[in-house]
Amino acid sequence: MFPELNNLLNVSPDKPEQGKFTLLCDAKTDGGFLVHHFLSFYLKANCKVCFVALLQSFSHYNIVGQKLGVNLIAARDRGQLVFFEGLKSTVEVLFGSKEQPNTLKFIRESSSDLKSLYEFVQKALTPSGDGSATSWKFPVLLVDDLSVLLSLGVEAVAVLDFIQYCRATVCCQLKGNVVALVHDSDQTEDEENAMLMNALGHQSSLILRAEGLVTGFCKDVHGQLKILRRGLLQPKNDEAEQWNTLLKVIEIPCARARI
Amino acid sequence: MESQQGEGGTELDSQSSIWVNTGGNKMAALTTGFGRARQGGAGDPREYKAETAAGGDKLGGGGGGGDRGCSFLRKVSVPGSGGGGGGGGGARLRSIAGTRPSVQNGQLLVSAGLPALDQLLGGGLAVGTLLLIEEDKYNIYSSLIFKYFLAEGIVCGHTLLVASAKEDPGDILQELPEPLHDDNYKKVLDEGRSHKSQEEPEISMKIAWRYQNLPQMEAGPGTSSRFGHYYDVSKRMSQEVIQSAKWHKFFLPEEITSYANVESCALNHGYTKLLHFIQRVISEQGFDGSNPQKKQKNILRIGIQSLGSPLWGDDICCADTPEHMHSLTRFLYVLRGLLRMSLSACIITVPSHLIQNKAVTSRIRNLSDTVVGLESFIGSEKEANSLYKDYHGLIHIHQIPRLNSLICDVSDTKDLAFKLQRKVFTIERLHLPPDLSDTVSRSSKRDLVESAKQLSPGCGMMAGGKEHLDF
Repeated sequence: MFPELNNLLNVSPDKPEQGKFTLLCDAKTDGGFLVHHFLSFYLKANCKVCFVALLQSFSHYNIVGQKLGVNLIAARDRGQLVFFEGLKSTVEVLFGSKEQPNTLKFIRESSSDLKSLYEFVQKALTPSGDGSATSWKFPVLLVDDLSVLLSLGVEAVAVLDFIQYCRATVCCQLKGNVVALVHDSDQTEDEENAMLMNALGHQSSLILRAEGLVTGFCKDVHGQLKILRRGLLQPKNDEAEQWNTLLKVIEIPCARARI
Repeated sequence: MESQQGEGGTELDSQSSIWVNTGGNKMAALTTGFGRARQGGAGDPREYKAETAAGGDKLGGGGGGGDRGCSFLRKVSVPGSGGGGGGGGGARLRSIAGTRPSVQNGQLLVSAGLPALDQLLGGGLAVGTLLLIEEDKYNIYSSLIFKYFLAEGIVCGHTLLVASAKEDPGDILQELPEPLHDDNYKKVLDEGRSHKSQEEPEISMKIAWRYQNLPQMEAGPGTSSRFGHYYDVSKRMSQEVIQSAKWHKFFLPEEITSYANVESCALNHGYTKLLHFIQRVISEQGFDGSNPQKKQKNILRIGIQSLGSPLWGDDICCADTPEHMHSLTRFLYVLRGLLRMSLSACIITVPSHLIQNKAVTSRIRNLSDTVVGLESFIGSEKEANSLYKDYHGLIHIHQIPRLNSLICDVSDTKDLAFKLQRKVFTIERLHLPPDLSDTVSRSSKRDLVESAKQLSPGCGMMAGGKEHLDF
């Protein structure tokens, strides 16, 4: 996790916020570093994390996680992390035996329904009845990323339904957090994606937007990060609602974001 | 330099020059990114000699190498052998011919066939990833890059899988360029240089020339142990070399003879067949680590030509709101899954200029790892522009993957142009010529500004409108 980002968001692993839906967007730059940040942040905060990774393999997150100070393999072994690897699952669905029930069976069928994926999340995050499980702080669902689901033929409405169900279960019932990444494609006319992003932005309490610079490509500055907080009941005067910061992600053995 | 036996029967590759034997599996090597191989059983590892292609490690593969060795270990042990390094028999890490670890993060790379393109892509194409080439208008230069990729595979001894709906893959292989040997390529490149009409100052570094500084590999039999080769486009690869290559072919008209018994996964029929074919080759030939590794590991190079064109049965190039909008994107997603779990690298060319729905283009880009777009000047108004008179087209690197790291090695310029000389294909940085004259007319100045706006779309919109600001 990036300490500078924690400072900007005014959170720390000791006292994370609960019951929130955070939306991550990226436009013209890669917002993957935000996903890595939140993954390591919640693992350090001792929360139970269900990570739905649709676009990259486990080892990718593991290696970056080590640079950020968390060990995903150990977290998975002790039950803190439930990792769903979309790519591996898809290959198993299509080329494996038909009898195995699978969470991604919507790829095989034409009907787009994320119910099985929701059931997977629910099973992963609902605390099981036996008392042997160690107590984690609260559950977190992390999705990387939702735009891929649109590419796979799932309708935007189905994705919104899925997020709504997850929010109801994770945020309201279990008092946890949901973090999701959506790619913003404002230059292209991807209407489904735009609708998805607007609707999710409306539901979220915190939006982090990583954008490329308006003036063009620059090697030294990777872009700017906009932080938008919504739904403040008592806005304090010294706390700005929207922050714009320039950022550059550099990688040294302990990764930092110079913001 | 002889290889040494550590404790527990570990064996180190003889290429590493300076290394420190730390306990366990870590290797705090200064130069190489090689991990250590723990020999599970019998079997003499020394039969695999210095036929390593990792000449690139001499470039100084990163200081602080402890983790580099480990990440390389993990990357190669991804295919099928479970997490963690050194697990079971799957993590025998001899280097594979034609590959080298990345300087930045230890990722295993293969060459795309054009050393200039390799450098723009951050050293090469990562194993397990997909390179998308957005075709130029008449598919002249993109098919050339496609052939370079396949030719590189043959020279390095990789297995090829060529799929096409238009040409028989056997014919594609007959048209591959001939590889140049070391002493010849300098001559050919100098020849190309002397044809240039203008003498540009020597300080301006052409991207293609940087590879002259690559130190040569010592003691390698032939040129196949180097990373990245040069080719002579005017000649064809010899028949013996092509016959000696191992390749699989998928020609769509031959494969689709009947419509029976193919599992429908809401994908186009042709795509489904191709996916099953690829998966069969990967699992039968052991590229996903499923077979016990008695033999040497190898890379599978997959090349798919003109994906998305109507010849594949897809209609995204024909209609504004296509009926099967998700066919190609689903195909790419499943292909990505297959690539990530095997030792393979894939190149596909897509005629994006035919796709009218821009949403589909952006989705295709998001599902690919590396995206390169070619824009040729043939038939466009840019042909007459004085800025472009030396070149045949522009090359746009739209996307480079960030694998196993937070950042990627982006080149600092986005204005790149290519030209195809008689024998070589070069990529160079495009310079705006200095505006020396005071009395240059307004219209030509505007042309220059217009063309400057075409360059470097970069990651943001270009500021400003069409007016040329005159002070």
